[in-house]
Amino acid sequence: MPSRRRALLVLAALIGLAVLSLLLALVAGSLPVSVADVFCALSGGAGGLAVEVIQGLRLPRALAAFACGGLLALAGALMQVLLKNPLADPYVLGISGGAAVGALAAMLAGLALAFINLLAFAGAFAAMLLVFGLAHGDSSWTRSRLLLTGVIVAAGCGAVVALILSIAPEDGLRGMLFWLMGDLGHAVSPWPALTVLAVGLLVTLPFARELNLLARGDTLAHALGVAIAPAKRGIYVLASLLTAVAVTTAGSIGFIGLVVPHLVRLAMIRLGWGNDQRLLLPAAALVGGSLLVLADTLARTVIAPQQLPVGVLTALLGVPVFLFLLGRQPNERQ
Amino acid sequence: MNASEPAMNRPLLEAIRLEVGIGGHRICRDLDWRVDAGDSWAILGRNGAGKSTLLATAAGLRAQQGGRLSVAGLELPHASQGAGMRAMARVRGYLSQHQIDPFASTVMETVLVGRHPHLGRWDWESDDDRRIAASALAEVDLDGFAEREVQTLSGGERQRLAVAQLLAQQPQLFLLDEPLTHLDLSHQVAVMDMFARCATAGAAIVAVLHDPGFAARYCRQALLLFGNDEWLAGPTDEVITEKNLTRLYGHPLRELGADGRRWFVPG
Repeated sequence: MPSRRRALLVLAALIGLAVLSLLLALVAGSLPVSVADVFCALSGGAGGLAVEVIQGLRLPRALAAFACGGLLALAGALMQVLLKNPLADPYVLGISGGAAVGALAAMLAGLALAFINLLAFAGAFAAMLLVFGLAHGDSSWTRSRLLLTGVIVAAGCGAVVALILSIAPEDGLRGMLFWLMGDLGHAVSPWPALTVLAVGLLVTLPFARELNLLARGDTLAHALGVAIAPAKRGIYVLASLLTAVAVTTAGSIGFIGLVVPHLVRLAMIRLGWGNDQRLLLPAAALVGGSLLVLADTLARTVIAPQQLPVGVLTALLGVPVFLFLLGRQPNERQ
Repeated sequence: MNASEPAMNRPLLEAIRLEVGIGGHRICRDLDWRVDAGDSWAILGRNGAGKSTLLATAAGLRAQQGGRLSVAGLELPHASQGAGMRAMARVRGYLSQHQIDPFASTVMETVLVGRHPHLGRWDWESDDDRRIAASALAEVDLDGFAEREVQTLSGGERQRLAVAQLLAQQPQLFLLDEPLTHLDLSHQVAVMDMFARCATAGAAIVAVLHDPGFAARYCRQALLLFGNDEWLAGPTDEVITEKNLTRLYGHPLRELGADGRRWFVPG
């Protein structure tokens, strides 16, 4: 594990990376913007079109991207501890499936954006309660039971999503597909997601050492003084809420929640710092946020003026990275 | 309320009319058992007799079916739930039968996990903790392994690492579920010698063992679980006999003597 001083240095460097990614997102785009415009916009000053574009469009979108990336990476890291499986991700227990059913049903009914978000959150929450209730039924918290329940609920949600897509009118399909792939074009305000991200980090960091123990097995954690059942319930509820907020803000963006904690953990292991959640959780949130900001900047500039759903880019980048990591794993054991 | 009493007078583990069961099967009933500082107990019995279940119950990992159970004056199972758990983890250590490593980690990190109950919420492992961890590694013949990846260790090395983690925890009561699993003969002797020194230094040892010879050599007391809720507890010399072991294992055993030690071989 890293010393506290090293961990803080790494986090400071990652905060620098996050700021750079946000600045890049503010500068990049079809409308050329100068650095002076950026500082004018950030200091709250009024100015020309450039300042308005930054304040009204690019800054909220970049912040929303950062918040969603951070939420997904943090939720993924928590799920990996909960399921003791480095390949778990925030969606493995059906949260995104529930949100997709809610959002697509709202779109099918032609509801306004606020209601789409509301129903997406309600769907995520319902999926969470369903999995929680079923897996918790006989108070057994065995991982396979939880995982199986989540996978089945996700499959059920997938069927409902397919049903909605097949009966939806042609002109609504594009919006639905963008939502399913993950798209920040409809992010309303970044502040709810940013607030939840900050609260999520503040809630988990005091318990990060307990999470280290949980990742090493329930019996060991219990013997060393961790209250297993409440800790697991807490992780599950928190990771689900973080995921629900991210999905409500930007649809189900893939791979950030799976690949980012994995990348950070791999880097830490290379440095001999192991799987220390005290650094891993905040680092994953910062890296996840920065990566999604960069991916979203690419998504809206690469074939501008047409925009891509950011989820397509994270998946296109995430799949090769993940396959690369999987391919190397056997070598690690030798 | 026991805080003013000298530590030596307070039993580290006390069971009164204890009843333990698992899956509808009763392991023991009316078990009266007291473990004091300096004691070294062996728990012997056939597969499925409930040795591990009794040990896990004593560690507070599962609740008893009846009777009273306390560790250093802390009543179980309550003391092993909620706020008192960390205090419990500073008093008793538990060595599990299985070690799992879902995530990559170094040997040093794995030992340092044992320091958890001694650290405050915002504390990071100090140089002192690292010294304690390093000397625990040395105790189990793992010096020089600190930076090794745990997933590359052999079974015996991994088992000794678990023992080192327990030593770093510095409990007063060591609850050991088959501590000699995967160990070669020389390390079996070294680990039992080391635990015997812990007992001499004022800790207490309770170990589930499979070799009555090791139990007779290293433990001063023995608890035999016959699997039909009968039990027998007492000094090793009185309890570990040909007759009792033959009944315990359902197989005739012969006692052999050499160098003033007793060994038992299947007849």
